[in-house]
Amino acid sequence: MDHQAAPQTDEQFRASARQWLADNFPVSLKGGKYILPHTQEEGEKPGPDYLLWKGRIANKGWGVPTWPARYGGGGLTTCQAEILAEEMARIGAFNPIGGLGVMMLGPTVLEFGTEEQKLRHVPPIARGEIEWCQGFSEPGAGSDLASLRTRCEDKGDHFLVNGQKIWTSFAHVSDWCFCLVRTDTSRKQAGISFLLIDMRTEGVEARPISLINGVSHFCETFFTDVKVPKENLLGEVNAGWGIAKRLLQHERNGLSSQRNVANVERGLPDLARAYVGTDDEGRIADADLRARITAHMMRQHAYGLTLRHRNAGIEAGLEGSAQMSVLKNLGARVAQDLNELAVEILGIAGLGWEGPGYSEEELELTSGWLYSKCFSIYGGSHEVQNNITAKRVLALPSA
Amino acid sequence: MIVLSDEQIMLRDMAKSWVADRVPVSALRAVRTTYADHGSDPVLYTEMAEMGWTGILIPEAHGGVDMGLVSLGLIAEELGRNLAASPLLSTAVAAASAIVRGDNEAKKAELLPAIATGSLTAALAIDEGPHHRPDNIAATARVDNDGWVLNGAKRGVAEALSADLLIVAAKTDDGIALFACPADREGVEKTRLARIDSRGAADLRFTNVRLDKAALLGSGQPYVDRVLDALRAAQAAEMLGGTVQAFETTLDYLRTRVQFDHPIGSFQALQHRAADMMGEIELTRSAVYAALTALDADDRDAPILTSLAKAMAGQTFRAMAKEMIQMHGGIGMTDEHDAGLYLKRAHTADVELGNAAFHRERYAQFLNI
Repeated sequence: MDHQAAPQTDEQFRASARQWLADNFPVSLKGGKYILPHTQEEGEKPGPDYLLWKGRIANKGWGVPTWPARYGGGGLTTCQAEILAEEMARIGAFNPIGGLGVMMLGPTVLEFGTEEQKLRHVPPIARGEIEWCQGFSEPGAGSDLASLRTRCEDKGDHFLVNGQKIWTSFAHVSDWCFCLVRTDTSRKQAGISFLLIDMRTEGVEARPISLINGVSHFCETFFTDVKVPKENLLGEVNAGWGIAKRLLQHERNGLSSQRNVANVERGLPDLARAYVGTDDEGRIADADLRARITAHMMRQHAYGLTLRHRNAGIEAGLEGSAQMSVLKNLGARVAQDLNELAVEILGIAGLGWEGPGYSEEELELTSGWLYSKCFSIYGGSHEVQNNITAKRVLALPSA
Repeated sequence: MIVLSDEQIMLRDMAKSWVADRVPVSALRAVRTTYADHGSDPVLYTEMAEMGWTGILIPEAHGGVDMGLVSLGLIAEELGRNLAASPLLSTAVAAASAIVRGDNEAKKAELLPAIATGSLTAALAIDEGPHHRPDNIAATARVDNDGWVLNGAKRGVAEALSADLLIVAAKTDDGIALFACPADREGVEKTRLARIDSRGAADLRFTNVRLDKAALLGSGQPYVDRVLDALRAAQAAEMLGGTVQAFETTLDYLRTRVQFDHPIGSFQALQHRAADMMGEIELTRSAVYAALTALDADDRDAPILTSLAKAMAGQTFRAMAKEMIQMHGGIGMTDEHDAGLYLKRAHTADVELGNAAFHRERYAQFLNI
């Protein structure tokens, strides 16, 4: 690992990051992006340069820049990580390491895992070698997550798991699953444990669910007499709910931090100029649409500033996790508004399910609009986030 | 979360405790009666000056402390919490910026120390019609012998009742400019306005008002816009403070008001509206301090951020004041309750210096949308 001692100042760090990126980022990938596991299955395979870039950034630890170097991270401060992201964006580079392991499980294992668990599970996430999926929701446990029923019995030298999970993103292409299981039926939250399950274990089956836009990376996952080694328990038996709450904070944090909130790559004004036209002074011809696009862009702008201030606040040790529910809702709504405006701009060109007759961009925007409806549902619905905010941040009384 | 220096934290805490101690919301009720002809309590302004607030944008060479707009914004936010009426922004931001950012060295030496000590208050006279149109000024200043002659009418000039000095926008042969005009100069006619927000404002008429050659502070649209942006961003900070206090007062009511045997704040319909409102306040706070920071640094995108801040502050303050009344129910409609004071200030502060729609249009033009 060629991890270097962190330079003294942010400006020095920026210079060294810029130099490293210039030396290591393959120019052929400029403007590219992280390739999700499900798109790999559909044919968008990472090329040799992508794998080269992934290997280089994994060696540097910069796929997970703020994680400790001991576990494969970059050991950077939040501020340095922000600078790194800026420098990457500046040259059209991207982070080739992502997924739920990076966003959620890694930070949780670092907080709650034993040293053995950290050394076993964190470095493969940091290198982008192992894909994780999340086994939380069940058919009968959505917003009321703690009512989950997947049974986990202690069989002496192993656990035996039986039950069904749903909305398990990418379960069909994932290597491992972090699961909430019931170890005590007499208590609700206090009867839940946090278990790490190898998806290749006998008795695990994942079936993709087709969504309203035709994609199917969410799965139903069935566990039938699945034997799980004892060392795969994270934290104590029946202590899983507290761990899950921390993990969900990482999820909200990750979801709220997503810069690339939607897929209108050329921007709404450009899209509107193409599909709606301009007036004599070059403005978007439809004055009402122009006003609403502007209002949306202002919210997007303010949201970006809020994220930046939040990061600066974390860096200065001023802020905990309390406001993440607020940010998650803001981010989801901004992204949904963007998608709504995009299909409105497309008009009948935004009605396509598949070609011919529709461009690839049109089909992507329409599909993206349909998919965007889940932004305010996954990771805790808008309403659940607001319950959390009302109770924990605003200290409003319980019913 | 905005990261502040130790000095700024001290300043904010001082402002917070002074406002809590000296300017309860009820002080605004005294402005409606005791200080109606002045528009604010002059003793409070003297105390602000003693704490150094009047000199925050003024260079040390001219008697100020030169701490910048972010620091001023922190004070404005605290003042805004309790709807404190004062000519601080019209003087220490608008007039001070007009003088500091102009090129009239004699006026800097003459006026800035007086502003810093608090002995001189000022008002900024821009608007002439029902809407903010700073690029369309009809008032004129023409050269006459060795001075200027000012003619025109200004409407709804905030803090004009108490102002010793009027900063007046007028057109010269070379375009728009700002002039320093003593309020008691012959030909200046002041008509007191009774406004919904209880603060001091007046219509002004200038009829052949004679000013010295040296009355010209600075000229050009970019200069006037820069002065306006400083005031807009500071006012947005004040509006943020009003929004936050309206929110906290309302949350207190939700925690304590019992109906159907439960505190009404336990009802999800109200909880969710409060949670959504918190998001709006976070966006507004980020925009406001980004604008103040950018103006301090003279960043290229400072005007864009200022329009973002003023528009967000206008929308959010109005929305919060509306919710404050709704969530308080009937009591919120009474004059005795503070909710109405917040609504009236929210509306006034939004309308002044360009409302949300004005700044959305300005934002669109900056981005060539």
